[in-house]
Amino acid sequence: MRNRATGLLAGMAFTLACGTSAFAQELTIFWAEWDPANYLQELVNEYEAETGVRVTVETTPWSDFQTKAFTEFNARGSAYDMVVGDSQWLGAASEAGHYVDLTEFFNKHNLSEVMAPATVKYYAEYPSNSGKYWAIPAEGDAVGWSYRKDWFEDPAEMAAFKEKYGYDLAPPETWAQMRDIAEFFHRPDDNRYGIAIYTDNSYDGLVMGVENAIFSYGGELGNYETYEVEGIVNSEQNVKALEVYRELYGFTPPGWAKTFFVENNQAITENLAAMSMNYFAFFPALVNEASNPNAAVTGFFANPTGPDGDQFAALGGQGISIVSYSENQEEAMKFLEWFIRDDVQKRWAELGGYTAHAKTLESEEFRNATPYNEAFYQTMFKVKDFWATPEYAELLIQMNQRIYPYITAGEGTAKDALDALAADWKSTFEKYKRYE
Amino acid sequence: MATLVMTRLDPQSRAARRGWSDLTIRNAFIIPTIVFLIVFNIFPLLYSLYYSFTDFRASTNAPANWVGLANYRELLNDPFIWANFAITAKYVIVSVAGQVIVGFGVAMLLNRSIPFKGFITTLLLLPMMLSMAVVGLFWKLLYDPSFGIINYALGLGRFEWLSNPDMALYAVAITDIWMWSPFVMLLSLAGLSAVPKHLYEAAAIDRAGPFYTFFRITLPLVAPILMIAIIFRTMEAFKTFDLAFILTSQPSAEVISIRLYKMAFQEWQTGMSSALAYIMLIMVVAITNIYVKYLNKVKER
Repeated sequence: MRNRATGLLAGMAFTLACGTSAFAQELTIFWAEWDPANYLQELVNEYEAETGVRVTVETTPWSDFQTKAFTEFNARGSAYDMVVGDSQWLGAASEAGHYVDLTEFFNKHNLSEVMAPATVKYYAEYPSNSGKYWAIPAEGDAVGWSYRKDWFEDPAEMAAFKEKYGYDLAPPETWAQMRDIAEFFHRPDDNRYGIAIYTDNSYDGLVMGVENAIFSYGGELGNYETYEVEGIVNSEQNVKALEVYRELYGFTPPGWAKTFFVENNQAITENLAAMSMNYFAFFPALVNEASNPNAAVTGFFANPTGPDGDQFAALGGQGISIVSYSENQEEAMKFLEWFIRDDVQKRWAELGGYTAHAKTLESEEFRNATPYNEAFYQTMFKVKDFWATPEYAELLIQMNQRIYPYITAGEGTAKDALDALAADWKSTFEKYKRYE
Repeated sequence: MATLVMTRLDPQSRAARRGWSDLTIRNAFIIPTIVFLIVFNIFPLLYSLYYSFTDFRASTNAPANWVGLANYRELLNDPFIWANFAITAKYVIVSVAGQVIVGFGVAMLLNRSIPFKGFITTLLLLPMMLSMAVVGLFWKLLYDPSFGIINYALGLGRFEWLSNPDMALYAVAITDIWMWSPFVMLLSLAGLSAVPKHLYEAAAIDRAGPFYTFFRITLPLVAPILMIAIIFRTMEAFKTFDLAFILTSQPSAEVISIRLYKMAFQEWQTGMSSALAYIMLIMVVAITNIYVKYLNKVKER
């Protein structure tokens, strides 16, 4: 019996050993399940053709992307060599030693200038302004807006709008105009509604939606270096921003209380709303006749400015990091060197990936490639992001708990919600000794 | 001692010829089960009990620090957690009461000779055989205010079932009642068919009214088996996660298991979430114990 078991184990070990040696030239990248991951797979197929190293992009649905990635990290598993992780993971993953420090690589290739500055700041650097880098900006993304050109350009609507509001109906340049237009098109009796916004509070949907208002109203979520929040997250600008978001919620289609990127694209494809907030990464589906019957009449605009002319959008997108438990770190480094090459970044953009590569972004070719690339280019230099500290998930949940009842049910006031949030965040930072 | 209780191994059996005693066979059956239980149930249970007194986070490599009762103190002082418990209690009461009323009612209707009784019973059992996640996904469509069939059938216009904070929890409970009433029905049906017919005949001879018959004969005799159904459903309802998680994100429908999931797998507060899981465990055990005591009392009657 014992002999048989030993034999079996030896056999298994042998198979594993053969396995690893036969596929040493293989890399696995972990990402969420969405179109950009398919484009990345196409891109890395070219890497295989060039070098013979097989790269596989493994995906999982967004809803358990974070859980699955961190479960693998926590177990120190080597299943993934690289991960295209969310920007807010940087703190948790770098402090826990899950990511390989890429500072040297970053400086050697002068990436802080090669990539758009905002993407470097939010996708790669942690802590804020420390000069330490943990990821290479891979998929740039930010919030933009789609709208129904046919509704906006209808002469009867234009005349009625001008009469009511005293200025011409056009894609909004300010949040105040956006509010007016949403109100104007909100006609529940005709099954037409003003606007689609993010409201899903199960992860970061609602918070990212609100960030678009907060940042454009000139507000901030806190000082990311000193962890100061009192008077910043509950500032006057933020109160106003939250109030306008609440007002916009009143012009959304019925049942709009758990919505994120899927629903917001549906708002356009199903003729529900005049304008819809969404990440640029989801816009390819809106210009495709097959997935959007209204493709020909769908237009795009960048996040409008706030009352003081500030214009910022919530950052999405991800950087690519090397997992420190990977057994193929050297191969992964070689892959990243290939990935940041100018021609590869250009090819990445052609395939549908949203490059963060400054030179490619600035090229005329890129900016004219799709109806939304121009808006994307403008936005990518004006993005801001949520906290990236290891305790970001707690901050996110606290923010959801405080603002969701106000926005969707009108409970309390914006000021109360944000004052309470400031207190929550302060005590969380105290708990993690951020002020010492 | 054990050999006295067990029946003796037949000397002609193959096992006896191989030289196995009945003790060997007993061990061969029991030991794997016990090992399995210890490895997958008891050990994690004790291990998480230890974690509940630490500030351990599974997402970091930092060692766990002993914090004593701090996690429990913080949880029990958190108004959001109390809100979650209150929501859960409300949900358990509404959903279990609904299931008992509907399930028992349907069982009463079925407890007579009607054509296609077996077929009808099988059809009624279908909801219970579906996966919770699937039920959640298609009820989300049924509840949809724009195109959902429920509003259409009831003529409610654009009534918002899931995004209305006052309604969301009830909408989840209705789905749960739809799904699990058949379970109560099945057990009640077993109980009802076991009530001796001569009791009803005697009641009829004594000219007892239908209410009297129901409360004095039917209910007391079915009560023990109904109690078992209620225990199972209460435990399950207390732990509800899938349905509520998929159907709505209203804070007014955030049952405690959803909060626990967020704490454990989004915030990665492993120590704190272990403590919360223990609080839940103690509550479930306490509630079940009350039921079991009551069940025993009912049985004695």
